[in-house]
Amino acid sequence: MIPGFGITLGLTLSWLALIVLIPIAGLFLKSSELSLDQFWSIVSSRRSLHALQISFGLSLIAAAINLVFGTLIVWALVRYEFPGKRIFDAIIDIPFALPTAVAGIALTTLFAENGWLGSLLVPFGIKVAFTPLGILMALIFIGLPFVVRTVQPVLLDLEVELEEAATTLGASRLQIFTKVIVPIITPALLTGFALAFARAAGEYGSVIFIAGNLPNVSEIAPLLIVIRLEEFKYSDATALAVVMLLASFTLLFAINRLQQWSEVRTGS
Amino acid sequence: MSVAIGTLAGREHRVPAPSPRRRRESAAVRWTIVAIAVVFLTIFLVLPLAVVFMQAFSRGVRPYLGALTHPDALAAIRLTLLVAAISVALNLVFGLVAAWAISKFEFPGKGFLITLIDLPFSISPVISGLVFVLLFGGQGLFGGYLQAHDIKVLFALPGIVLATTLVTFPFVARELIPLMKEQGTHEEEAAISLGASGLQTFFRVTLPNVKWALLYGVLLCNARAMGEFGAVSVVSGHIRGETNTMPLHIEILYNEYQFMASFAVASVLALLALLTLIAKAVLERTTQHS
Repeated sequence: MIPGFGITLGLTLSWLALIVLIPIAGLFLKSSELSLDQFWSIVSSRRSLHALQISFGLSLIAAAINLVFGTLIVWALVRYEFPGKRIFDAIIDIPFALPTAVAGIALTTLFAENGWLGSLLVPFGIKVAFTPLGILMALIFIGLPFVVRTVQPVLLDLEVELEEAATTLGASRLQIFTKVIVPIITPALLTGFALAFARAAGEYGSVIFIAGNLPNVSEIAPLLIVIRLEEFKYSDATALAVVMLLASFTLLFAINRLQQWSEVRTGS
Repeated sequence: MSVAIGTLAGREHRVPAPSPRRRRESAAVRWTIVAIAVVFLTIFLVLPLAVVFMQAFSRGVRPYLGALTHPDALAAIRLTLLVAAISVALNLVFGLVAAWAISKFEFPGKGFLITLIDLPFSISPVISGLVFVLLFGGQGLFGGYLQAHDIKVLFALPGIVLATTLVTFPFVARELIPLMKEQGTHEEEAAISLGASGLQTFFRVTLPNVKWALLYGVLLCNARAMGEFGAVSVVSGHIRGETNTMPLHIEILYNEYQFMASFAVASVLALLALLTLIAKAVLERTTQHS
């Protein structure tokens, strides 16, 4: 019999309660000081609605873009050989490891009108930095590794016999991709999509430098929370935070279910 | 036709041996996919990283070093190192304790407990800071008590440490739990039956088995702790030379249009990120060959 169950579980639960659960419960407690009407009028104000729409809407688009390009990148990394492949594989995790403030100022400099990429877009009349398009770029950056690192192991473990069997039966490469490979990697694709979406919706550091932060135009919800705090409007900040937290919990639940599905589907 | 799939076999070894004739797309399709992947990764990952170092050294080495040795920068570096040391140490102990409870024993609600440990991953960093403002701020639940006893939590070291610890909470635990689950309890049971104490078993059997995963978890936790911006920004109060960590110092310099100095400090954190990724690659190889 291995010892230490009581003490390790006890310590785990106490530490979890102290650092995570009690502080979050405090947020809900604070929000309960608001009446439902007050809560609703804060959340449904034009500025709040717009900030939530920007955060969740652009996160959805960014996650969709990452889904497409992330899958392409995984395919290239797993199936093909090309120069620099190992380095590209290693740097996928940059958005995990690079502090968000550093990413923020780097992306802003890159996409500013005098930046390496921004200057290329000026002739086409496209402005990226200090517009919602800039927010989108930051959210794509931050979400990319979630899609790649979720789909990569599944594609690596894909049994080659399945594809060979399909080929023997006369299927084309496109048919094999859509009928054999896509169904197998779908749970992983959706998990990666949901993870990227969840991360992007709450993202702050990499966005605020490039966003321009104009109320009702390019203001994200986490920034509005910070602004309300600085104005000492604690109830406004709390109400917005509760909405975002509930969205996170819903997403977390969905991701858990997706991962279970993924494990069943791939038999791991 | 496919190579055997071992649990600890490396990625390269797990790639099924290709039978080129059947499994290859046409060259045009292949090169289009590779080109799109390379362009996308270059735009979103390579160029931002390159910009950091180009801007940092845009006026040469001397101004670069000058920006890093400015008293405010040095104070930010010191505070960042201190905060990371405390938060990583706390989460290292927690990660080991939690992984032991979760991987070596069966109990109801285990899945839910793991979800709770992962919770900080899916919370906006701004909210991770806000919760402590609501607890310890002037209007907060414990605000009155803290003021009466002249204890500073917000806009001071304790608040920054708390916010950082919350944000980095799951990092060590989630590296350890899957590995320790996979390793099971046989070795520990053998050690115990041979008369080892619980602590001896932990230090002589369990810890050596998970040392690389533990190191990787600590590295990730450290990178995130040193780079945390949103949560720390909310609780720190931005007092120059006192409660500014490196990411906050970067923001202040940038907003004052001191771009070179801002990128100089940023380059130190970018280098840390690169070293973390290199360490990851090395650790992956080490575990593959053992």
